[in-house]
Amino acid sequence: MAVKKISKIQPEKFEFNKKNKETADSIIKNYPSGKQQSAVMALLYLAQKQNDNWIPLSAMKYIAKFLDMPYIKVYEVATFYSMYNLTPVGKYFFQVCTTTPCMLRGAYNLVDVCKRKISEKENCLSEDGKTSWLEVECLGACVNAPMLQLNEDYYEDLDPIKLEQIIEKISNDEIPQPGSYRGRLSSEPENTRKTLIGNKNA
Amino acid sequence: MLEDKDRIFQNLYNDFGADLISAKQRGDWKDTKEICGRGREWIINEIKISELRGRGGAGFPTGLKWSFAPKEVGSRPHYLVINADESEPGTCKDRDILRFEPHKLIEGCLIASYAVNAHKCYIYIRGEYFNEGQKLQTAINEAYKDGLLGKNSAGTDWELDIYIHYGAGAYICGEETALLESIEGKKGQPRLKPPFPALVGLYGCPTIINNVETISVVPTILRRGGKWFSSLGRPKNTGSKIYCISGNVNNPCNVEEEMGIPLKELIEKHAGGVIGGWDNLKAVIPGGSSMPLLPKETCETIKMDFDACVENKTGLGTAGIVVINKDQDIIKCMARIARFYKHESCGQCTPCREGSGWMWRMLERMAKGEATRDEVDMLLDVTKQIEGHTICAFGEGSSWPVQGLIRNFKDEIIERNKFDPIVKKQKDIPYLVDQHLLEKENA
Repeated sequence: MAVKKISKIQPEKFEFNKKNKETADSIIKNYPSGKQQSAVMALLYLAQKQNDNWIPLSAMKYIAKFLDMPYIKVYEVATFYSMYNLTPVGKYFFQVCTTTPCMLRGAYNLVDVCKRKISEKENCLSEDGKTSWLEVECLGACVNAPMLQLNEDYYEDLDPIKLEQIIEKISNDEIPQPGSYRGRLSSEPENTRKTLIGNKNA
Repeated sequence: MLEDKDRIFQNLYNDFGADLISAKQRGDWKDTKEICGRGREWIINEIKISELRGRGGAGFPTGLKWSFAPKEVGSRPHYLVINADESEPGTCKDRDILRFEPHKLIEGCLIASYAVNAHKCYIYIRGEYFNEGQKLQTAINEAYKDGLLGKNSAGTDWELDIYIHYGAGAYICGEETALLESIEGKKGQPRLKPPFPALVGLYGCPTIINNVETISVVPTILRRGGKWFSSLGRPKNTGSKIYCISGNVNNPCNVEEEMGIPLKELIEKHAGGVIGGWDNLKAVIPGGSSMPLLPKETCETIKMDFDACVENKTGLGTAGIVVINKDQDIIKCMARIARFYKHESCGQCTPCREGSGWMWRMLERMAKGEATRDEVDMLLDVTKQIEGHTICAFGEGSSWPVQGLIRNFKDEIIERNKFDPIVKKQKDIPYLVDQHLLEKENA
């Protein structure tokens, strides 16, 4: 099980902005009436996006009221799932996959770059306060390993030099192009395609 | 080798685009009305004839699963739930279906919903696949606009609504009952079975849960006939399958191939061979990290289907093939997989919650050569205490890879950890036996 820590610094109040409130109301409609609790995961995610990529306790209380469910049930969900950040993270949040398929292709070299270029320890902000990084479990892009997730985008087929370039760009508030860094558009074998040949030429 | 015309996922590499117009040109949404017009019995029977087995890992016959749904809708509505919580290390096939072939999935949802009497379908996508989810949502919106979903879906007179539910980074939610808990807005902890979801599932209603790939092949099977599908592969292991080949190969890739294709052909032909040549091969994990690894000798001959893998003491699982060559430290690789399971255990059952951590710590020490000879057997014992003693199959999934390692590479572990216990003095040894050696002053 993963250990989750709650931030010591907590804002007192949280409220959805107008747009997120509308989104939240429409998400609730996806579920049968009386089952609005189902929307808790989506609402926590909305709150996280609204609040600089982390969820304060006040947001959990707000969502509990919003969905008419006990606060502890929201807390339980927020602490169970690993994608909810309960302490502040960087505006640019690097999540490096290091599970075996990525590890085999050098994911720990990427971790070294993160340690050198962002911060020595996981979940600590970089010097300019904009970036943080974390080692995570399989992100499901094993064929394009090694890879990482930067906020919501996947950066695939990386190597240490390319990652350094990505971090450079980020420190200038420039968002690098997501996707493969060896020019792949999908998970096809590079240069040696043996299937669906006709389609390629079509 | 499968001929290109028999490949179901023509857009696996996104040669054409995933939009509705391109999808229709590839034959999606053609005759959906006629297919449903032939009735539930016919659809379920045709899927039974095709001998399609679930592509999510367990390989349960799909036609049989659908037939478990109550024939008549009683006071409780029926649900169809699609499992797109693809998180098994080594597996990335559903991701490509979501982003490149979403209409195959949506059409499959309509047909399956019709077959099991469901008017609502939830697609549970792992939270990390945010962009893939957005692409699927775009496709769903296209389908609504074109009248393929909604009140009279594709002219079938069947009402169907599809909703996407995002996960939030919990591997265990790929277990079907944990997935249902998660949709209900709770922690993703598996339920005891029985009752099975087909009778008591989402919100206590009859629910059929299928993998993305399973549902996406359904329309093509019904169009070309169950007999066509069952003519591929061999009996009980029919059809085609997307294999994901990752790890130490020259060209890691996803490829759709016939069931029962030799593993060596997949690696040599499609993935460009093992890095350093075939002789540099150490071991292969054939079906995602939960399946026991295969030594090189077995890799020479094994055919990749459900039953052949079981005969070789492993499983096809999700067909996520992870190739490990001799440049890697096999114990370290498996220790990293053990760490994955330690991180992802939901904590509900004690053997799994505690045991997954034990396995990880023991393997880490074995990789460093800090364990003793006796501990190898102790580790095997730990795996046996977990396996079969948990609510869900996570217990097996976490202990099988370790068992596979010990079965095939025991000599190598002992070679590295060949000393006798450091602690020989009769001391008050704490019950967490695998931890006491970490405290070096005990030695």
